[in-house]
Amino acid sequence: MKSAILKTASSYLLPILLLFSIFILLRGHYHPGGGFVGGLIAAIAFVLHSFTHGSEATLKLLHTHPSSFIPIGLGVAALSMFVPMLGGQPVMTSLWFNEPFPVIGLIGSALFFDLGVYLVVIGAVLTILFTIAQYSE
Amino acid sequence: MTLDSYIDYVILPILAIALLLVFVRLFKGPTIVDRVIALDLLITIGISVITAYSISRGKSTFIDVAMILALIAFLSTIAFSYYIEKRGRK
Repeated sequence: MKSAILKTASSYLLPILLLFSIFILLRGHYHPGGGFVGGLIAAIAFVLHSFTHGSEATLKLLHTHPSSFIPIGLGVAALSMFVPMLGGQPVMTSLWFNEPFPVIGLIGSALFFDLGVYLVVIGAVLTILFTIAQYSE
Repeated sequence: MTLDSYIDYVILPILAIALLLVFVRLFKGPTIVDRVIALDLLITIGISVITAYSISRGKSTFIDVAMILALIAFLSTIAFSYYIEKRGRK
């Protein structure tokens, strides 16, 4: 789309929306939010960029095809699931660090599971939308 | 009149009437552009309903819902205008 206002606004909105999606991802354990909603917001940020700059520019910004996010996310989620088995505990036991980290707060293995969901959602949504965009042209 | 009862008895009924009027435009709308603008306005009124509710109940987590809804409304309006422009060019 040839609109200077939209183009300028979307290039500023992309980093802000990604930051907001990470905020939603980190908040998701005790409050509304989590990996799924955060991933959707990050996907919306890239879709907004692709509407104004074209989908080729967004693919160049991502460096890889978005479908490669899906195996990475599934790998992170599966790893966080099976790590408690090393300590002799059942699968998907929530392990927590004893000391809270600065800014982020207390983190546990649930955060890494959510991070996997986040990556899978970004990959799936962007793959679907870019496929539809390619066929409709 | 306290702020809570003002929101419950004045602001929320006005927003409800506005929603009904926008729905009339959404069904009647002669062209597709009218319907797109009506949808955008519908989500904007929904955002104000959420904001008024979260002020009167004192729950700040609903503000984030309103923020995401505003984002989706913005994106959907851009998507509609993108495809209307694309269809007009053919």
